[in-house]
Amino acid sequence: MSAPIGQPRVRLPQQVKVGETIEVRTLISHIMETGQRRNQEGAIVPRDIIRNFVCTMDGAVVFSMDLAPAISANPYIAFPLKVTGPATLEMVWTNDAGEQRKASAQLRPS
Amino acid sequence: MRVAPQLLALTLLAAGVALAADPPAPNRPIPNPQSGRHFATEATLSIQDDDFQNPAFLWVEEGEQAWAHPAGAANTACATCHQDAAQTMRGVRARYPAFDPRLGRVVTLEQRINQCRTEHMGAPALPIDSRPLNAMATYVGLQSRGMPVQVDISGPARPFFDAGERFYNTRRGQLDMRCGSCHEDNYGRSLRADLLSQGMSNGFPTYRLKEQRVISLQFRLQGCVNDVRGQAPPMGGEEFTNLEFYLAWRAEGLPVEAPSVRR
Amino acid sequence: MRQKQMGRRQGLALAAGLIGLSLVPRPASAQMSAAARAAVDKVLAGRSAEEAGITLRLPPIAENGNTVPMTILVDSPMTDADHIKAIHVFADKNPTPEVASFKLTPAMGRAQVDTRIRLGQTQDVIAVAETSTGRMLIGHVEVKVTIGGCGG
Repeated sequence: MSAPIGQPRVRLPQQVKVGETIEVRTLISHIMETGQRRNQEGAIVPRDIIRNFVCTMDGAVVFSMDLAPAISANPYIAFPLKVTGPATLEMVWTNDAGEQRKASAQLRPS
Repeated sequence: MRVAPQLLALTLLAAGVALAADPPAPNRPIPNPQSGRHFATEATLSIQDDDFQNPAFLWVEEGEQAWAHPAGAANTACATCHQDAAQTMRGVRARYPAFDPRLGRVVTLEQRINQCRTEHMGAPALPIDSRPLNAMATYVGLQSRGMPVQVDISGPARPFFDAGERFYNTRRGQLDMRCGSCHEDNYGRSLRADLLSQGMSNGFPTYRLKEQRVISLQFRLQGCVNDVRGQAPPMGGEEFTNLEFYLAWRAEGLPVEAPSVRR
Repeated sequence: MRQKQMGRRQGLALAAGLIGLSLVPRPASAQMSAAARAAVDKVLAGRSAEEAGITLRLPPIAENGNTVPMTILVDSPMTDADHIKAIHVFADKNPTPEVASFKLTPAMGRAQVDTRIRLGQTQDVIAVAETSTGRMLIGHVEVKVTIGGCGG
């Protein structure tokens, strides 16, 4: 059974304007087991990480990241995004077993 | 000269009362305490000071959700009695550990949370340093953030304080060190590449980078005793509860920093 | 802030900070571990890389290697015609060199990524950026990772 993928946190600025470049910030709870650690008996604890993050804007991929075990536990991922109009952001985190956690956010420029 | 027995008894009683009424104020080896944040690097502080990326806020969110979630035979939630934690829990972490008159001893915040669960909710106690208990303690702790630590060591609480102070000052382990060997005699100095802090507890529960999770103070205390190659008493037991009480007094005046980030 | 006089820690920080800010380019090909070299070469796929345009922001000293904040910024207009397509990050002396691969698009407006990484020891963090015009860029910075004092 895979390590639990916790609830993601997503933050966008409260107010956004068309033409502005904002920062999209995300954080998700996950142990990011490297596959290097040994348990009490000396056996390797198998790798179990979130291996991919992708963000789409109205269905088109705007940013994605392939994660290796060298990404810290409770992965923090932040990236810029240009506001071109109202849009739906969908974010998906996928672990080694292919399980996913999703979050979405609305861009509503003033 | 023969003294009337009643007069003798009264005099002894008065003397006893006089002696018990005002124990001497304990000695404060660090009169102006500094929080652990003063001994942390900028990179670590940059994570702590950002409520979004501070990983401990994942625990805060879990605690917040548990707060509203019914648990136990009575099918009540923390919120059933305590409503909005931002109001009702304000100042609580700042004054814990505290003497519980019913139990006749000092209890930590975690123990108090478990008391509420077992006695009022009919829910099982959460294991010490478990994720759900740390999450709840972090959520409650956050409601005191910025408020000065202020525990009451007077009256019936004093013997527990004294026991904690004795533990703090007792040399232990193969390295034969007392807590103060590092945290009083050598704070600000490097132990290999670790900059030693004063061991102030105002930041707990903390997200410990080493453990990559939120840890309770008593988990760290176990680590400290292990580090001097001693036998650590159990978390949640008498010794560490009294020590935590002493440490809270020692950090008096420091703002609650929960949830902090420490290496 | 810190008690006592400037100790080893502050001296080390000063030295490392100066190294981090150094403008003397060290050829990226020199001094890379074999594993990191192989990983970088795979991404370069025969192309040569310019040491330009990449800013790696990491602390010069990490008091714990588990959680090291990293920001990478690449100079680019991020237009459809000219933008950063990908950034690949490697840690020279980690058990395996791959840290992350980012795919960027002009929709981002700026070529920047922010995350936190694990570094097992003092080493170089290397970033290779691919542009939409086929140029390859490379940059690196050293991060000193300290071992805990009490045994962790």
